[in-house]
Amino acid sequence: MILPGLINYWVVVFLMMSGFYVVMSTGNLVKKMVGLTLFQTSVFIFYITMGKVAGGTAPILAAPGTSYSNPLPHVLILTAIVVGIATTAVGMALIIRIKEAYGTIEDDEIQAAEQS
Amino acid sequence: MLEMTDLVDLALLLFLAVLAITIAKQRNLFVVVIVMGFYSLVSAALFTVLDAVDVAFTEAAVGAGISTVIMLATLLMVGTEEKTPSQPRILPLLAVVVTGAFLVFGTLDMPHYGDPQAPIHQHVAPRYIEVSGDEIGVPNIVTSVLASYRGYDTLGETVVIFTAGVAVLMLMGQALRFRQRDGDA
Repeated sequence: MILPGLINYWVVVFLMMSGFYVVMSTGNLVKKMVGLTLFQTSVFIFYITMGKVAGGTAPILAAPGTSYSNPLPHVLILTAIVVGIATTAVGMALIIRIKEAYGTIEDDEIQAAEQS
Repeated sequence: MLEMTDLVDLALLLFLAVLAITIAKQRNLFVVVIVMGFYSLVSAALFTVLDAVDVAFTEAAVGAGISTVIMLATLLMVGTEEKTPSQPRILPLLAVVVTGAFLVFGTLDMPHYGDPQAPIHQHVAPRYIEVSGDEIGVPNIVTSVLASYRGYDTLGETVVIFTAGVAVLMLMGQALRFRQRDGDA
């Protein structure tokens, strides 16, 4: 296998970095959360890519001698997905609370409101 | 040697890259959230290609479903337009390019995609694959590891979800009280 080699990892790095860029470049809190989710999902793809075995199949027991992909990253990422949605929910609740208190979700406007 | 699934894998990755750029460029938050849901769905398809079927349906249900619903519900309360940024965005771009370059450098000595000799496949995974059928009696190895070998991890996960649920209820309860007080005034 020549072509896929490391390309998967490089695309994942690109995806991670676009999430990172969204987090840094915007002042809007909802879009920051979307950027974090983007980063997070890219990390999931990274782990699952590492667990893939060429010629393997999904890790559900079949006939003896079948080759399986590594089940361990799958377990870790299942946990991470569920924890991710929990943190997203808390973040969104905080954003709603900030909107109630300051009337805006742009971080520079929140800072201006703090100083006045 | 390039197999059909590798082509699907590369096509889906390319699709994800396009969606990520769309999210970064788009200013309307409604569109951003919907494209993010689509990104989750495409990544679920990619997980299926990479043999992670359990992860795929969790991502499709939780990432593309519940997450999108939560974000849309938030948008309902906070509005959907992002303010145009006043400061130039050269610095974040520079930071991202430098970090990305380091990460790519870090991947250079990683085992190649699908390599059965990679260190990750040599440690505990062979044991799970060989004996979990006899020890746990569940054909799905991911379920065996999640619910039995690493059951305490999963218990910790449910504690995290419980804590998050309590936190959301406390925050939202306060927000609703504010709204009622404003209504009375």
